Amino acid sequence: MDILINDFSPGLFIVQTILLLGLIFLLVKFAWKPILTSLNEREEGIQGALEAAEQARKEMQNLQADNDKLLKEARAEREAMLKEAREIKDKMIADSKEQAQVEADKLIKQAQAAIESEKKAAVADIKNQVAELSVEIAEKVLKEQLANKDKQLKLVESMLGDVKLN
Amino acid sequence: MKEVSRSVGTLLLLFALCFSLQGFASSESDDKADGAVSTKEEVEAYIQHHIKDSHDFHLFSYTNGAGERKHVGFPLPVIVWSSNGLASFMSSAFHHDDSGEVIVEKNGSRFVKLHSKIYELDGGANEVKFDEAHHPTNAHKVLDFSMTKSVVGILLVGLLMLWGFSSLAKQYKTKKVPTGFGRVLEPLVIYVRDEIAKPNIGEKKYRKFTGYLLTVFFFIWILNLLGLTPLGFNVTGQLAVTAALAIFTLIIYTVSGNKDYWMHMLWMPGVPVLIRPVLAIIELAGAFLIKPFSLLVRLFANISAGHIVVMSLIAIMFTLKNSLGVAGATGLSLVLSFFITLIEVLVAFLQAYIFTMLSALFIGMAVAEHDHEHEHDAHGHEVADAEDVRENFI
Repeated sequence: MDILINDFSPGLFIVQTILLLGLIFLLVKFAWKPILTSLNEREEGIQGALEAAEQARKEMQNLQADNDKLLKEARAEREAMLKEAREIKDKMIADSKEQAQVEADKLIKQAQAAIESEKKAAVADIKNQVAELSVEIAEKVLKEQLANKDKQLKLVESMLGDVKLN
Repeated sequence: MKEVSRSVGTLLLLFALCFSLQGFASSESDDKADGAVSTKEEVEAYIQHHIKDSHDFHLFSYTNGAGERKHVGFPLPVIVWSSNGLASFMSSAFHHDDSGEVIVEKNGSRFVKLHSKIYELDGGANEVKFDEAHHPTNAHKVLDFSMTKSVVGILLVGLLMLWGFSSLAKQYKTKKVPTGFGRVLEPLVIYVRDEIAKPNIGEKKYRKFTGYLLTVFFFIWILNLLGLTPLGFNVTGQLAVTAALAIFTLIIYTVSGNKDYWMHMLWMPGVPVLIRPVLAIIELAGAFLIKPFSLLVRLFANISAGHIVVMSLIAIMFTLKNSLGVAGATGLSLVLSFFITLIEVLVAFLQAYIFTMLSALFIGMAVAEHDHEHEHDAHGHEVADAEDVRENFI
């Protein structure tokens, strides 16, 4: 203790006090104040930037969700439109088919009727012609046959024979 | 691979440090004619001399071919307030004398240097007379404002800090993130602010005191580290220096103490009235004596002890030379002093941290806002808040 007190130098104490005061003053003025201010500013800046980034991220997310929603809606709408179009198409095709069927049936009927009547006319015509031709042939055959007396008799005989058979 | 080369580098550095310390230890600044240190008593005297402040900056000594002891270093100005006013001269006027033999006359006063102290001879005395306890009888101490080795150390560290930190401050003007050495300093500043100032003083009030805490932290730390270099500074091992630091802290927390602080100190609420004066005495003693005294003694004792231990271990080289042989004593000394030096590097930081942390804590206790409406839990017990825990911890 004695040595400690003996070693204590009041002069050094005073010098140290003055120097430390000066050092604190100078450092606070030229170093600590600007450093701490800048550090705070930077930290606040970083904080702000982080918050802004978070905000942007959220907005982006919202936007993305909106986009997704819109896309979904658009897709659904397209889907509906396509469906409707398909239905319309199908209906139209069915309608046309039906109509065509009806038309075709009508045409076929008309054609059949026309064919029928034509056929009848043709048959009638053929019948007439056949009748005329038969008469002419018969006339010619008769004229040929009846030129000879024997032959006439023979014919009558065969005819009579036929009649018997019938 | 990188790791290995790095640790090898550290080892080499520390060995270099040890060797240079050894170089310092084996040199001699005593007034003895031969000057070399070899015996146990000489080692003790040398260490005693080293941990004191000195009036000249001694680097090393050697014995030249003619057997003369040469001292290499430079003198420092001596400025003393004597009975005849201010006197100043260079310390070389004492010719390395430390036993009061060389008398320097200046401004009508006669000065001698005795165990690193300047004495003024009483009027008419021509030489120093000693009593049995080796105290001078016809000379008295003078107020010594000399630029001693410690003052040189303080100035050096002050200039280093001013240069380093103001250049860091300047960097912020042009860029957000410092480059170069500033990149090393910035985390240290943030460390002191976030780990010492903020938690101990509180988020709201820390700003006002951070300047002081930062100054003290770096001042002590750099001086502690300088003390480990072969330059042989022992500034933070000077009572005067640690006392000044502790008194700064005392003044700061006394001046900035709020009403609650004084109330708790002088008239403690919540205890019987009869006990209050007793508590006030204890609290006053705590605030004005114990706290600053613990601060100043802790730093002084730790750093002085560190210096003594390192130097003693290095001295093993001479003191155990006979029993262990030159190689054995040198090896033992190197190994031990190497590890103690490593520990001292840690202690250098630790003491700076503890001093700053306790200063912050004392300031924090003086400015703390006490809320007496403590929260109560379901059973009616007080819920201890951080403030209470901190007080209990102290």
